[in-house]
Amino acid sequence: MEVERRKFEARQASARDMLRGDLEGADLEKYVEERVVTTTFEKMLNLARANSIFPLTFGLACCAIEAPISIVTARYDLARFGAEALRASPRQADLIILSGRVSIKMAPVVRRLYDQMLEPKWAISMGACSSSGGMFANYAVVQGADKFMPIDMHIPGCPPRPEAVMYGFNKLQRKIIGSPDQGWRRRYNAVGTEEWARGGPASQPSPEAAEAYELARGLTLA
Amino acid sequence: MPDGPGLELLRGEIDTDAPGAVLATSYEKERAALIVDAARVIDVLTWLRDTPGQGYRFLSSLHVADYLPAEPRFGVHYELLNRERVERLRVKAMLPAESPEIDSCVELFPTANFQEREAFDFFGVVFHGHPELTRILLPEDYVGFPQRRDFPIGGEPVTFTYSEGRYGG
Repeated sequence: MEVERRKFEARQASARDMLRGDLEGADLEKYVEERVVTTTFEKMLNLARANSIFPLTFGLACCAIEAPISIVTARYDLARFGAEALRASPRQADLIILSGRVSIKMAPVVRRLYDQMLEPKWAISMGACSSSGGMFANYAVVQGADKFMPIDMHIPGCPPRPEAVMYGFNKLQRKIIGSPDQGWRRRYNAVGTEEWARGGPASQPSPEAAEAYELARGLTLA
Repeated sequence: MPDGPGLELLRGEIDTDAPGAVLATSYEKERAALIVDAARVIDVLTWLRDTPGQGYRFLSSLHVADYLPAEPRFGVHYELLNRERVERLRVKAMLPAESPEIDSCVELFPTANFQEREAFDFFGVVFHGHPELTRILLPEDYVGFPQRRDFPIGGEPVTFTYSEGRYGG
């Protein structure tokens, strides 16, 4: 304890000297070496992305009690991992948690929500139903959500406990820090469907839309 | 709830006003049911609703059951309720497998609107005179009527250790 305190005091003293401009030569080199970490911009960007995820406020079935509701409450507190800001619009979210069974009528809606999310985006399939159909092996439920959209993380359970959801969330964070591009656009034949906040091909109107816009503008002015 | 003799008395009264509309009666597990001619089910429902002393003015449920090996195959069940006496009465019309068609009772009971659409959605029973007989729960482009007993249940076989012999490893 005493040793720790001495070390702390020494660090404080050197910081004070540095701010005064008294550190020079080898002492300054040592100071910088101790305090500065060098990394690539990509890694730093991924670190920032992984620790400031905005999940979509979205629930499908009984798993929604565990995933978007329980894990943001004080008992579990997803804010510890920087994901407490649930977004009510897919345009502002970058994580969708499929919490429950996806019926064949809901699947196009879910896919549309996913398509509306801005890049980069991730998806968690939570529970047995959205991962494989679960007990609903019948005509009405899609047997696994990755039949119609890419899923980054599957969380088993029926339903998974909030701890399990958070473990899956932490795994997703590790995945984001590691290598974000999983190549799903090639696998799902979706190259060129990215939507970006500004710039990029999807932020421009299509030729048909531009023509219609010009036509409408001319009609209004004339 | 009409008991067994009460049900027979009720049938007698209907036979007086609409002869031949009621084909049979059934009293099982304290549930009274009138099995009626499908072509005249509206006559019976109107009589039960409007005749003084009857007052079955509330349709608490309309549903269809599929009795597959039997013929006629589909049974349309009308669960009526008299709210003054708290008496329930079931009216049942049997429909053949080839042409499951019956007159709509939306004019009598507006609540039947969605329930007839649901019956059409899942069983393919056509209600003539319904204002908008389209699918209500399934996707609009769905093919088939999934609650019929001869409809495949769907899903995918999952191979577990104990079921390897059945589905292959």
